[in-house]
Amino acid sequence: MRSVLKILRRDRGDNRSHWQCFEYESQSESDTVAAALNSINSRNKLVDINGAPARAIEWEHSCLQKKCGACAMVINGKPCLACGTKLSELGSGCITIQPLKKFPVICDLVVDRSILFENLKRMRAWLENDPYLSEGFQDLAYESSECIQCGCCLEVCPNFYTGGSFFGMSVLPVTMRIISESAEYRELSKLYSKHIYNGCGKSLACKKICPKGIDTEKMLVNANILAVWKRKKR
Amino acid sequence: MIYTKKGVNIIGAGLSGLLAAMTLAERGIECAVYSSQPSERAQSVLAEGGINAALDTMGEKDSPDEHYNDTMKGGCYIASEDAVKGLTDNAPDMVKKLCRLGVPFNRDKGRLLLRNFGGQKKKRTAFAKSSTGKIIMTALIDEVRKYENKGLVKRYPHHELIDMTTINGRLESFAVRDSFSGEVFSVTGSTILCTGGLNGFFEGVTTGTTQNTGNAAAIAFDAGVLMSGLEFIQYHPTTIGICGKRMLISEAARGEGGRLYILRDGKPWYFMEDKYPELKNLMPRDVVSREMFFASREYGGEIFLDMTGIKDTIWEKRLSDLREEIISYIHIDPRITPVPVSPGIHFFMGGIYTDNRHKTNIDGLYAAGEAACIYHGANRLGGNSMLGAVYGGMTAALSAAETAGEIRQSKPDGNACNDHMFGSSVMIREQLRDILLSGLGIVRNENELLQSLDKLSLLEKEKNIGATDQKRIRLGKAMILSALKRKESRGAHYRMDFPETSDKYRKQSVALYHNEKIEIDFCHPGDALKEVQK
Repeated sequence: MRSVLKILRRDRGDNRSHWQCFEYESQSESDTVAAALNSINSRNKLVDINGAPARAIEWEHSCLQKKCGACAMVINGKPCLACGTKLSELGSGCITIQPLKKFPVICDLVVDRSILFENLKRMRAWLENDPYLSEGFQDLAYESSECIQCGCCLEVCPNFYTGGSFFGMSVLPVTMRIISESAEYRELSKLYSKHIYNGCGKSLACKKICPKGIDTEKMLVNANILAVWKRKKR
Repeated sequence: MIYTKKGVNIIGAGLSGLLAAMTLAERGIECAVYSSQPSERAQSVLAEGGINAALDTMGEKDSPDEHYNDTMKGGCYIASEDAVKGLTDNAPDMVKKLCRLGVPFNRDKGRLLLRNFGGQKKKRTAFAKSSTGKIIMTALIDEVRKYENKGLVKRYPHHELIDMTTINGRLESFAVRDSFSGEVFSVTGSTILCTGGLNGFFEGVTTGTTQNTGNAAAIAFDAGVLMSGLEFIQYHPTTIGICGKRMLISEAARGEGGRLYILRDGKPWYFMEDKYPELKNLMPRDVVSREMFFASREYGGEIFLDMTGIKDTIWEKRLSDLREEIISYIHIDPRITPVPVSPGIHFFMGGIYTDNRHKTNIDGLYAAGEAACIYHGANRLGGNSMLGAVYGGMTAALSAAETAGEIRQSKPDGNACNDHMFGSSVMIREQLRDILLSGLGIVRNENELLQSLDKLSLLEKEKNIGATDQKRIRLGKAMILSALKRKESRGAHYRMDFPETSDKYRKQSVALYHNEKIEIDFCHPGDALKEVQK
């Protein structure tokens, strides 16, 4: 199958972007967007669809199997992981690929997602004492630990913007787990209300988009019970 | 200089790097953590099956001594006895520590569950379903965040190691490049390398990440850092080729009942069970991969991993992610249909030589995790890599803390970096990979190794090769030379021309780049620093 990848490109230090198209012939039905980008970049003399010389496409990647979140980008308008998106599922025609829009662009598809990590620090999301580790919570603790900090949930969130006091759902899984595991979480509850609960409009677009399938609604409910409704644990 | 303070530098933010950072911060020692991407993207998040510790929660009378014996035997007796003793004796405490950090390992009625893993008769592997690495990493990232907030850990994500300078056996400085801004600066002070294994030398055909380029090891080798065990490459028995890499089917699949077979006269032959009635499909990985190689050569066709006998509750409670991955990437439901698998490069037993305290031959430089060669000898046991990373990261940090002096960072220079300085071309990397692969397969022989060596010498002389590629080729040569000089078969190193194990080689190979020459030697396990200095 032949695809055309229309990629939004930007040079380092520039603030203007431009589209550039590349042709790609799929090697197999399970070829992903990540495989296509990799293959295009490994061409000896890279040229675009018009034969014009092009520099290699910069994009972040690491595990190539949906476990690290590095390759999150916007593909045909939808934020997703390039390594988890099969070309065959995108149908024929032109595939548009853009960097995530809620983060500053560094170059091509590389964005600066440091706000994800800064907000976790502001949430003071860490254990101060030994955790409960109750068996009833094991599955939820596991599910929340699977968050890969890719940023897709922020991309689709109608309420999140960089620099705002609503931190978005990327801080939720960690925060929910820490609140649930801690004996003392008054401070964290205040931060939860301020930076998650109060700002969330419950569109739950995050739940639908999460490439790890993390049930953010379930996470919210669990965190609300403890941090907002102050029900006793266990 | 933009700042000077007492502390330690850590390069790499995976499992061993985080353990090192946490260990230092717990003692009030500041550290700067440089990594090419954030910890969430580190290769450690791919570790699946679990972490070994003789916690004896399964009523099998397990002990650290048995863990020690299995590790030494699995590694074919060329790891340092003292180092392995430290590893296995401390393993239960390390896992208990991870529990205190909130790692939701699988439990049942208060008891930590342990599962079977290769090369070990007793259940010894603590696990969190089939994403143990990711789940441990999440808890550690949270813990280190606490120290980031206190100012004890300063992270430098998107910073890549591009150069290292040593003078008279001392680390002088290293240089990093900020891949966002392109700026380069140099850093001095005690440094721990937690940069992972050498899978970047085998781009596209390993179970590892693309983030691991292998450049850090090549840079260190060029700077005079002693390497060891470079001939020992672990081919994991059960991997599947997907786009751009090999996908791992965790050993846990066999630990939970998965069986390997090949079609012989049209019927499934469970060759591991017939040949090794005691450990069956859970023989050490080197043995399983070799048997698969020979079975495939003799009977042709694919080898299958039959997981159809695994109960639904096990899939759900212990292997859920694994099943989803297999369905997602190869469209086979392993509960119903056996999965075709083949061995793939997974782990490097060799790397930077360290003593029992994780010191390298260079003063002020330490190494831990897969970057270091210390615990696994000629073949690593499943479940020992995460253990080696956490215990090694901690030990390296404790050693570095003893000598921690000032760390200094130079002012960034936007123009200091050019392609020649860190240049690495796709073409050269691919050629290097193919040459290394042809020499360093599961089964090796002198002819192929010599051919690889000749090809590397030719590649080295090609025009316009960037400095990083030159260093990579040099370390590649050291890998081939180490395999060539070990004229025996041991663990993951199997020579068709020398199929027996020889007592003469019950030693660690060491490789040093010195006076523009690669020197290969064999030393008594754990004594290389003394012997090389002679």
